[in-house]
Amino acid sequence: MKILQLSVFLENKEGRLAEIIGTLASAGINIRTISLADTKDFGVLRMITDAPEKAVEILKNKGVTVKTTDIIAAGVEDSPGGLYKVLKTFKDAGINIEYMYAMTGKNNGNAVMIFRVDDPDAAIKNIKGVKFLAADDIYRV
Amino acid sequence: MMFYSAEESISADELKKLQSERLIKTVKRVYENVPFYKKKFREAGVEPGDIKSVDDLHRLPFTTKQDLRDNYPYGLFAAPMKDIVRIHASSGTTGKMTVVCYTKNDIEMWSGLIARCLSMAGATHDDIIHNCYGYGLFTGGLGIHYGVEKLGATVIPVSGGNSQRQIKIMQDFGSTILTCTPSYALNLAETMREMGVGKGDIKLKAGLFGAEPWSENMRRDIEKLWGIDALDIYGLSEIMGPGVANECLEKNGLHVFEDHFIPEIINSETGKAVAPGERGELVFTTITKEGIPLIRYRTKDITRIIPEKCKCGRTFTRIERLSGRTDDMLIIRGVNVFPSEIEKVIMSVEGVEPHYQIVVDRAEHGLDTLEVLVEVNDKIFSDEIKNLESIEKKIKKEINSVLGIGVTVKLVEPGSIPRSEGKAKRIIDKRKI
Repeated sequence: MKILQLSVFLENKEGRLAEIIGTLASAGINIRTISLADTKDFGVLRMITDAPEKAVEILKNKGVTVKTTDIIAAGVEDSPGGLYKVLKTFKDAGINIEYMYAMTGKNNGNAVMIFRVDDPDAAIKNIKGVKFLAADDIYRV
Repeated sequence: MMFYSAEESISADELKKLQSERLIKTVKRVYENVPFYKKKFREAGVEPGDIKSVDDLHRLPFTTKQDLRDNYPYGLFAAPMKDIVRIHASSGTTGKMTVVCYTKNDIEMWSGLIARCLSMAGATHDDIIHNCYGYGLFTGGLGIHYGVEKLGATVIPVSGGNSQRQIKIMQDFGSTILTCTPSYALNLAETMREMGVGKGDIKLKAGLFGAEPWSENMRRDIEKLWGIDALDIYGLSEIMGPGVANECLEKNGLHVFEDHFIPEIINSETGKAVAPGERGELVFTTITKEGIPLIRYRTKDITRIIPEKCKCGRTFTRIERLSGRTDDMLIIRGVNVFPSEIEKVIMSVEGVEPHYQIVVDRAEHGLDTLEVLVEVNDKIFSDEIKNLESIEKKIKKEINSVLGIGVTVKLVEPGSIPRSEGKAKRIIDKRKI
C-alpha cells in the first residue's frame, strides 16, 4: 500500500529543474505528478513516478540529493465540498498534514490528492470514510 | 611647525637613543615578570644584558598570536593585577580570544597617541569627535574615546548602528571629525543621501578610518561624498589598539609612533629583515607598555617602509597602506575572522559535512557581507522545507554568536562548490577595495 514520493533538493539555478526532469525522461521514467516547494535560495521538488526506486538510483548516480518519502493518496469527489469532506476526516482523526498537492488525472471519476503526514500507517488506520489508493493505482493509472 | 608632541620631529640620533633606553628597560621587564619570556629568551640563548641598543633587537625571539592564545588569559601580563586598570580582547571563540591589558600609564600613553592621531587630522580642543567605533572588548571605541578627552576635544560616544540617528546627531550636535571603519563611512554617506542631507548641512571636516583594509579608491569616494580629509589609522589590540600608526594630511603612508613601538619588516618565511623599502611582514616591539609588553610581535600584516622623509616635517618612519595578510584572516566590518572558526561552527551542526564556502562581498557604499554556502547531503536533506530552513537558521545563529557579526547561510547542491585538486576552494573574497 505504501506510495513513494521522490524528494529532490534543488538550488534556485537556471536550467536545474529541466536537467533533472531530462535525466528521468531519458531513462524512460514517467512522472505522474509533480510539485515544487520553494524558498528564496532553494527548492524541494516532489514527484510521483511510475518507478520510484529506479528513479532514485538514476538521480543518485548523477549526484543529485534525493530521497523517498512515504505519502498517502486519497480519492476526492470532484464537486463543491469534496476536498473539505476529506480534510475534515483528517482533522477528526487528529492527523496533521505537512503538505499536500494534487495528481493529474482521475481515479474512478474522483480527483486524487497526495498527503504528507507524520505517520502514514496510522493515518490510513484512523481516518474513516476516505478511499485511500494503492501504490499501483497511483504509479499506473 | 607645531606638533601635538615634541617627539614627532625627533632627530634620528635622539630617537635611537630613546628607543635603546626603552628597549633595554622593556626586555628586562618581561624577562623578570613573564616566565614565558624568560624561557623563550633562554632557549634563544639571549639574556637581557646582551641587549645594549636597538641594534641588538634582531637577537630577540619573535612573539606570535599563538603565544598569546597558549598563555590565555593572563599569562603574558608583565604587571600585577593590582596595577591593571583595563582589559580588552579580540573577537574569537572562547579560549581563542587574545586578551590584553593596560596599566594606568598604558592608558595615559595610548590616549596621548590617539590625541596625536586626531591632531594629525587637524583636530584641536575645539573639535567634536563623532566616534562610531564599537564600545566594548574591541579596542576601537574606548581607545578613541580616551584620546579625544586627552586632547580636550569633545567626544560623542555614539558607537555603531542606527545610521539615520547618526546623521541626525551629526547635524544637530555639529560633529567635526568622524571616526569609524571606512566601509561604515561610505554606508553613512549613502544614508545621508537618502535622507536628503547634503554635505553643506554638516560640519564634518576630517575622519580617521581604520580597523579594516581599504584603498585609495575608497579614500577618493569618502572624501568626495563627505567633503572631508580621510586619513588611515592603524593599530592592533596586541600592540595597543588603534593609534600605533596614523596618516598625516600628506596622505602618503602612516607614521609609526616610534617613540613607543619599533617596527621591523621581515621576510615571513625566513624571519630575516627585508632590504630597505621592500615589502614584508610587519613586526612590532612595544617599548613603553607596562601591562603586556610584546617583543617582536608578528602582526601578519604586509607592508613596506617608505624610506623618504615626509613633507609634513614629522620624522617618524612611514609604512605604506596595509596591503594584505600572511595568513587567511579576513577582516569583516572591523571584526577579525578566521575561516577555521567558521568551519568549527559548521562542523558542530549534526549531519553537516565539511563542504562549505565562505563568500565575502561588499556592496557599493555598503558594508561587508558574509555568506556561507553549505552543501546539502543525505543526512540533512528533508522533503520538508521547515527542516532545511531550521538547519540554515541553526548555522546562522551559531556563527553569529561566535563571530558577533551577521551572516547569511545558504544550502547548496552537493558538488556545487568548486573543488580544485580535490580540495574545495573555501574562501571567496569578492570585495573590490
